[in-house]
Amino acid sequence: MVIDLDKCTGCGACMVSCMSENNVPFKEDESDKKLSITWMRVYKLTNGKSFPEAEIVYLPRPCQHCGGIGDHGHSPCVSVCPATATDYGYDTGIVSQIYTRCFGCRYCMGACPYHARHFNWWDPKWPEGMENYLSPNVSPRMRGVVEKCSFCYHRYQLAREQAIVEDREIEEKEYQTACTTACPAGAIVFGDLNNPAHKVHQIVKPDPHPDPMNHKVVGKSRNPKVFRLLERLGTNPKVYYMSDREWVRKAGDNYLKGEWENVKTHHGASSSHG
Amino acid sequence: MKIDRRSFLGLGLGAAAGVALSPVGVKLTDDSSIWTQNWPWTPVPEDGKITYDRSVCSLCPGACGISVKKINGRPVKIEGLDDYPINNGGACPHGISGLQYLYDPARIKTPLKKNGNKFEKISWDEAISLVAQKLGEIRKSGTPESLGLITGADSGSMAQLFERFMDAFGSPNTYNMPSLESNLALTAAALHGADRNLGFDLDHSDFILSFGAAIIEGWGSPVACIQANASRRERKAKLVQVDYRLSNTANAADKIIAVKPGTEADLALGICAVLLAKNLIAGDVNTSAFAAMLAKEYTPEKVEAITGVKAADMEALAMEFIKAKAPVAVPGKGRGDVGQSLREFAAVQALNALADRLNKKGGVFVMYPADYLSFSENVMDDAAKQGASKAKLAGSVNELVDKLEKDGGLSALFIYNANPCYALNNPEKVKVAMDKVGFKVSFSSFMDETALRSDVVLPASIFLERLEDVVSGGGLAKTVVGLCRPMVKPIFDTKHPGDALILLAQAMGDSIAQSFSWNSYDACLEQVTGKIWDTLSGDGYVVIDDKPPVGTPATDFTFLASAPKAAVPMGEGDYTLVPVDKMRLAVGSMISSPFAVKIISDKVLSGKYSVVEINPATAGILKDGDIAVLKTAMGKALVKIGFNEGIMPGVIGMPRGLGHAFNNPYVAGKGVNVNDLIGPVIEPGSGLDAAFGIKATLSKA
Repeated sequence: MVIDLDKCTGCGACMVSCMSENNVPFKEDESDKKLSITWMRVYKLTNGKSFPEAEIVYLPRPCQHCGGIGDHGHSPCVSVCPATATDYGYDTGIVSQIYTRCFGCRYCMGACPYHARHFNWWDPKWPEGMENYLSPNVSPRMRGVVEKCSFCYHRYQLAREQAIVEDREIEEKEYQTACTTACPAGAIVFGDLNNPAHKVHQIVKPDPHPDPMNHKVVGKSRNPKVFRLLERLGTNPKVYYMSDREWVRKAGDNYLKGEWENVKTHHGASSSHG
Repeated sequence: MKIDRRSFLGLGLGAAAGVALSPVGVKLTDDSSIWTQNWPWTPVPEDGKITYDRSVCSLCPGACGISVKKINGRPVKIEGLDDYPINNGGACPHGISGLQYLYDPARIKTPLKKNGNKFEKISWDEAISLVAQKLGEIRKSGTPESLGLITGADSGSMAQLFERFMDAFGSPNTYNMPSLESNLALTAAALHGADRNLGFDLDHSDFILSFGAAIIEGWGSPVACIQANASRRERKAKLVQVDYRLSNTANAADKIIAVKPGTEADLALGICAVLLAKNLIAGDVNTSAFAAMLAKEYTPEKVEAITGVKAADMEALAMEFIKAKAPVAVPGKGRGDVGQSLREFAAVQALNALADRLNKKGGVFVMYPADYLSFSENVMDDAAKQGASKAKLAGSVNELVDKLEKDGGLSALFIYNANPCYALNNPEKVKVAMDKVGFKVSFSSFMDETALRSDVVLPASIFLERLEDVVSGGGLAKTVVGLCRPMVKPIFDTKHPGDALILLAQAMGDSIAQSFSWNSYDACLEQVTGKIWDTLSGDGYVVIDDKPPVGTPATDFTFLASAPKAAVPMGEGDYTLVPVDKMRLAVGSMISSPFAVKIISDKVLSGKYSVVEINPATAGILKDGDIAVLKTAMGKALVKIGFNEGIMPGVIGMPRGLGHAFNNPYVAGKGVNVNDLIGPVIEPGSGLDAAFGIKATLSKA
């Protein structure tokens, strides 16, 4: 997935589309965002300057579907789950969450550097009659389990079944997440990062080799405008962000004084493999 | 047998070994982990066949095409409809939440009658005959003109059907809630002639000069505008935003021109003056009174003093605008509905006219309203003819409120698609005005602030339960008629408001019944859309027009040449309080869904407090997160301070769309309705409420 932060308007359609696709419940008061379950959450970042020089950017954050150090599938959350409730799909690169296995220890929430995981402190409650719009494709969660974005895995399953029946590959447009299809700005592009025919691959141009400066990092973008969040941790997320603005790209990590200059010049310039 | 120490230990060890080896313990642990997660009350949605159905969303004037995913006929998801000429697959958070409106238990489930302070349930037959009887009495008393209608819709067959009822009844007193559409129509009427719409061709413009219009935050047809903005970079089109705060649109713009709130019109006129002085305009207006007025009142220095924009910057902007290939100037602060002035709209449109941007690709289209409906002649008896030819009580809904509050004048009032007791400035006064009307009938789906004050509620089916033609509006440079289709049978005992109106007319008998001789609204729609019905029902939409209209319309600058005065914010105070439109918050008659409320930032709503934007430089002793008392001439409210570097110092921005006061814990009782704090400032000439803000003070609570 690539998200063009310069196109995102912060309208929130992705968040709502996600919630209604995935049976995410709602409470009477959702203004305490630590307790608000949002698989997709749009953050607002500012450049810290005053009007009229002030700038903002909206940063939609789904689960980053980390491949872990060296992209071997040891995602931060997967490595700590004692119940194998969350696992890395080597075929899809999607990090799963199996609610009936989860017993709510929340280690994964502590391990996730992106706050992408949410805990059900209460049973979900829909106002009378509203459970009528729930989708059978995604099971509603119960109190005591952790949930997160699945890259709309059920949509992948449906597309895969269809493709198997017709004995062909899944087409790019057949499997798109709910946030992608909802985005009115067309800011989200979704597809197979490893498939050169897919738009995501063409935008990101992922480097298949480990970053020579940091061997934990694999799949770094060769597009100088594209970056990942906290990239140097080596979590190797499958969500890439794109912006023309340097301050936005810099906001993808916490840099010490002087560090950014190195990253900036190195960023996207691992052209040794280019 | 005697139990000695030896056998006791033996038994104990044996029991321990038995328990350890038996599967019971493992089984119980396993079961308990299953039980703790198999809550019987966690719903298991029914599975079934997946189908998709097409319709049109009519929650806002955006009129987007939607695709409704159903499982065994049960709607489970709404998405944007691919290839629809307005939104092409995109959707907004409110449309996607549509199903929350459909199944909301807070909906009005049956017709209701006010009895004292409480509503009691009645049947449709009772409700219709009750209203028919009351209206009959009014007709008998010989004052049919004392029936009023406040409506939000001003296009499509439903609007015409209500108009027809008013006509057949004998009343001219129909009032529209202020909307971007009505404001644009007023502008067109002032400058180009009556009965026209304005459409802004943002898709093809290469230089958009927006006078505070929240182009990507709900202005016009929201999804279409967001898409036009998204394609802007590929087209290398520029956006310049005139604003006093860093709205999302300002943030997306290539350049921000910071102006003092409420001086957008002056800047537009200043640019006009620059173009005239440099003789860079199309057509011959130099000799007109308008040019003389501009040369006198809007010299760059004067404009600088009023707006705070440096004279050199304004001249540069004027040059950039006129030199662009396809520039367009866009009026309407925020969403362009409430708190707008005709002076400002006209000033911006005058700029378009001077730059020869009327009816040009990438400019402004001066369009005729979609003419696809043909109703048969209305049957009017003498009473109707007499009543309908009388003068209207007031020129606008704001003036109506004034009039009603002072000395009444209506004996009955219909409210359709409108929530004036929330959406107009100073709702307390609106409520007092409403109470002066003897008999109020609401056609609402939800028990909102206005429905709560009605005497009879004829609950309306929502857009997912009804058939209706939906005309694109909202400043779009094309006219598309879409067909909203019922996705399900009405969930509750509600009716299509068109059906309710037909039943009512027939119950009234005589000429009114003859005017409404259809069996149902569906039959009526098929008949009146005759010409296009087949395409409409087949394709789901008809594109009436999407090309620039032919010819250049004449522009009459008389209104502007009279140098209308700017609205001055009421009251005293160090700050100017302005409402702020947010994409995630619904406004007007529409109420935010639980999902929409959920995604509101905690920098907008925090617990029960509205968070106000304030620049730290002018916050005084107040700190971020403090609770403060915000006071205006209209009232005071407790708010939370939210430091925001993106707002002009001295200005307080308060989100619009919060503070609903009715019984629904998910969406109401949150924050403050900013309209409560702002008093209307009615603009002479247009009757619009031009209060863009109000003077305010802030103190620590």
